[in-house]
Amino acid sequence: MPETIPADSVGLVTPGTLHFDEPLQLSSGGVIKDYDLIYETYGELSAQRDNAILVCHALSSNHHAAGYHSPDDRKPGWWENCVGPGKPIDTDKFHVVCCNNLGGCSGSTGPASINPETGKPYGPDFPIVTVRDWVESQARLSDALGIERWAAVVGGSLGGMQVLQWSIDYPERLRHAVIIAAAPRLTAQNIAFNEVARQAIRTDPDFHDGRYYDFNTEPARGLRIARMLGHITYLSDDIMREKFGRDLRDGRIDFDFDVEFQVESYLRYQADTFVGGFDANTYLLMTKVLDYFDPAAPYDNDLAKALSRARADFFVVSFTSDWRFAPARSREIVKAVHDNDLNVSYAEIKATHGHDAFLMRIPHYMEVFDAYMKRVAGG
Amino acid sequence: MGIELKRPDLSIIADWIRPGSRVLDLGCGDGTLLAWLAETKQASGYGIEIDDDDITECIRNGINVIHMDLNEGLSEFDDDSFDYVVLSLTLQAMRRPDRILREMMRVGTEGIVTFPNFGHWRARVQLALAGRMPVTRSLPNEWYDTPNIHLCTIRDFEDLCRMSRLRVLERRAVDHVHKSGLGLRLFPNLLGEIALYRFRKK
Repeated sequence: MPETIPADSVGLVTPGTLHFDEPLQLSSGGVIKDYDLIYETYGELSAQRDNAILVCHALSSNHHAAGYHSPDDRKPGWWENCVGPGKPIDTDKFHVVCCNNLGGCSGSTGPASINPETGKPYGPDFPIVTVRDWVESQARLSDALGIERWAAVVGGSLGGMQVLQWSIDYPERLRHAVIIAAAPRLTAQNIAFNEVARQAIRTDPDFHDGRYYDFNTEPARGLRIARMLGHITYLSDDIMREKFGRDLRDGRIDFDFDVEFQVESYLRYQADTFVGGFDANTYLLMTKVLDYFDPAAPYDNDLAKALSRARADFFVVSFTSDWRFAPARSREIVKAVHDNDLNVSYAEIKATHGHDAFLMRIPHYMEVFDAYMKRVAGG
Repeated sequence: MGIELKRPDLSIIADWIRPGSRVLDLGCGDGTLLAWLAETKQASGYGIEIDDDDITECIRNGINVIHMDLNEGLSEFDDDSFDYVVLSLTLQAMRRPDRILREMMRVGTEGIVTFPNFGHWRARVQLALAGRMPVTRSLPNEWYDTPNIHLCTIRDFEDLCRMSRLRVLERRAVDHVHKSGLGLRLFPNLLGEIALYRFRKK
């Protein structure tokens, strides 16, 4: 943490945990009998309870969207750029809630949690969940927090997919849907990347069919490769050229297989910081959640039909260099929304950062996001 | 809210639009027209814009704005989904004006187009006497640095309407203060600085 908390940070935050003992029926046919959800909140809930924003997280993040857990934290929450006093999701105006999704590894029930039936971690026995299941669990969290209707549900990437599902499953429970750098479903190319990531983890000798906890180990090599692959796809060719080019770490080529190029060093660093903090089974699960997401499927693959019950106002944002969730995919969402004569605005942000742009402080992005959230605050 | 239509061509367009209509505004700028129509005519719809600052303004003004390049067509809009499709002072900046007219007629029942008239006497005088590309109030840019790449006269536009099988329902030619007196009615292509058309398919 910086020595003093910046004025535009929510500062020190403490997560809360809620236990749910009503069984959750899953899309897969499975059931989770009871579970915990860990969450954080920032900003005051108004007396009318009408200023609550639900933030949905992406593949590898969690409930810690903003602020610091302790003065020793080196980094703030994952969406510090957008959540805080005076920021687009302005905690002076909004009561912000963000929970770690079911199947996660940051405090909500997931594969690394103890299965009460066996007394051991669930591991591969943890059922595969879907975006629908998440939305259902988030709706129960909303009930528990006494929030009947969200002023907005907001998310980027896989988080944006949850927002889309919210607008379909609980049309009356959100006024605004803010969907950033998302897609109505994955392309074959996207699923292919996820499969490579899964194979990296599952073929690691330390994977032990997902029961690595019993062996006091983890498939760290596989998880590292999965993360490195992910990172490449979250960036763009341009930003990698800009950031690393062909720069050499030690200024010379050594003709060996150690780190030579800066980009290698960066990828290894990203992988190192990821492993140890993230559970491999959760990573597998999250990639499956992405692959299975397809809200149009039950509606003859017609997304407009899927959104026919939606009532929210939509704000959709994409980034020019995002090839993992390209602007054209966001426009599919926009089209389905205006086909239903619903209010929708769409901004395509010029950015070189690739998919990761949704986490960045890009001036035009901040401006439109801020302008839209002011509209949300205005009622 | 007290929205003001600062561009008088917009107030003529607004007069043409029936209350309660669904409107698609191509090149909507900061969304003034749509905001005005929403407030005074209970009209709804979307604006299309490509300029970042204008998009921010639209969002600030509570307008539905969609970031899109009109040169790519309107393929994401279904046939006959709007009562009016408006293209104000943008036709001359399109790569293919004929194609955008066709697209307008595909997605809307009626089209409204406004453009700076290149047949105005000032333009004619500059070209005829000085032998130079005209620079006028309604066309203030030098030829080498202008978004206006397809300039036309009122006659040219009406030829295009005929070729595109469009029926002109209403025509107005106005001067720089957007008045249209007797002279303008008699000699629109000579005295009109801005031309305004409302049309539909034949």
